[in-house]
Amino acid sequence: MIELPVNDIGGDTLKLNELTISELRRLLDNREIKPREVLDDIYGHIDAVEDKVKSYITITKDVAYEMAKDAGQAILDNKASQLTGIPVAVKDNMCTKGILTTCASKILHNFIPPYESTVTARLKEQGYILTGKTNLDEFAMGSSTENSGFHTTRNPWDLERVPGGSSGGSAAAVAAQECIAAIGSDTGGSIRQPASLCGVVGLKPTYGRVSRYGLVAFASSLDQIGPITKNVTDAAIMLNAIAGHDPKDSTSAPIDVPDFAKALGQEIKGLKIGIPKEYFIEGMDEDVEDSVRSAIKKLESLGAIPVEVSLPHTGYAVATYYILATSEASSNLARYDGVKYGFRASGKDLLDMYMNTRSQGFGAEVKRRIMLGTYALSAGYYDAYYKKGQQVRTLIKQDFDNAFKDVDVIVTPTSPGAAFKIGEKTTDPLQMYLSDIFTISVNLAGVPAISIPCGFTKNNLPIGLQIIGKHFDEESILKIAYAYERITEWHLRRPSI
Amino acid sequence: MRITNKEVKHIAKLSRLYLSDEEIITFTEQLSSIIEYVEQLNSLDTGNIEPTSHVIPLKNVMRDDFLSGSLDRESVLQNAPDVTDKFYRVPKIIE
Repeated sequence: MIELPVNDIGGDTLKLNELTISELRRLLDNREIKPREVLDDIYGHIDAVEDKVKSYITITKDVAYEMAKDAGQAILDNKASQLTGIPVAVKDNMCTKGILTTCASKILHNFIPPYESTVTARLKEQGYILTGKTNLDEFAMGSSTENSGFHTTRNPWDLERVPGGSSGGSAAAVAAQECIAAIGSDTGGSIRQPASLCGVVGLKPTYGRVSRYGLVAFASSLDQIGPITKNVTDAAIMLNAIAGHDPKDSTSAPIDVPDFAKALGQEIKGLKIGIPKEYFIEGMDEDVEDSVRSAIKKLESLGAIPVEVSLPHTGYAVATYYILATSEASSNLARYDGVKYGFRASGKDLLDMYMNTRSQGFGAEVKRRIMLGTYALSAGYYDAYYKKGQQVRTLIKQDFDNAFKDVDVIVTPTSPGAAFKIGEKTTDPLQMYLSDIFTISVNLAGVPAISIPCGFTKNNLPIGLQIIGKHFDEESILKIAYAYERITEWHLRRPSI
Repeated sequence: MRITNKEVKHIAKLSRLYLSDEEIITFTEQLSSIIEYVEQLNSLDTGNIEPTSHVIPLKNVMRDDFLSGSLDRESVLQNAPDVTDKFYRVPKIIE
């Protein structure tokens, strides 16, 4: 069944870039359209809006049309997979062989990966089309894309506001219909928070569900790759393509992957939905609270049973995260020394070259995090900070283990507020960190979570509902997300740019 | 706990970063407020709590010892800022 999106950009003929993966799949497989025609509409639209939104760092138009030829042939040969001929944008921290991969950092401004990340290799096997590489906060460190070394992406719903981050380019590209779907990465909320702020669907799978081979490492015990899409069905299709064990990533889980699309459309009657009281805090945006509370009522109307739960260590999550993530980052980013790839500054000796390269190549937030992590790991402080952080992480994980004894999923707001103004939080790093307060615990516990549109503020800014599941139970969160989506129309709204 | 300019200079050195005088002042201020915020963890008693380094149960990952492909040297070296023959070139280390 094809549900055509409400089209309020222009209003006349429906353009192919406005469709979803499943809608395009039917049209492509019925030979009503060709992959090249989808690309014509994608790039036509990019030409019209990209100057305003700035979702992309690199637009791979030539590569895309080459890929479209292969996809077209595969469809003619009846060899199409779910993603054959589907234009997808990829966050610019995933290696694409022969295609510039910058991490939005000056230090990698000229890096051409000699290998392909597993995620994009799997998308390639399915015959996807790469539209381009999207903008992010430098090395995925941030919540607004304002930390990009190149430019700030704008929220398609209000160009004066941020799209969220760090996968802000991917979320904005989906919301602005500059691609059909996108790939992001999520270390503390970097898929879900921008999806929420841009009014699209963002899924962070369980830690270990998707291989990180070829994802430029930020905080290895937290990083996970996932899809950003226009609806829940597309998220399931994308997850099917990228999930599964990979011998090249020893942290990827050697367990079976179900067909996630089969979870969609199942009854949610009798499922227990945990509402953690710690996530409805004083001072949170009124519109956000109202929307999330009425979303819970909707789920109740479908037979789900709300249960109050407690995640008592929620208030410690941001502090824990900023010890662990920065410590891991300080180690992971030691490799940028101007020797093997990327930018090199000159220096009078090797050490001077290292230090000049790093000082000129990294932006302020990256330097701040490297310093914080170096401090937390330095002699005399390791037990007080890093070990302490790991112990509190255990408590946070236990909170989820305990809650999931009583409920099937946990439902919360994705973000305490809607999209904020560009520049509003750049001077105070701690304020910026606190915008991830509802997403960070999920990464610390390693559980999967999805953000789906659940309303709009009085200023017409999107609000996201976060549904959190048990380890490796993406099916339950997809099932509930889909059930909610079917009886609401938030996901059909598009911004007029 | 507030950190001092001197500590910030020391951490910068460990991090292999040069900081301008202005950056030292800003980072001292910002890192101090982040560290003060982080110290709320001290209010939790974690004496008997095992630290978590990995959230999914996973044992050492072994594989059979076999030869497999490696990256093409030329395409790897293409990314290097300075190359001589088949090697990376760096400023002199030993006098």
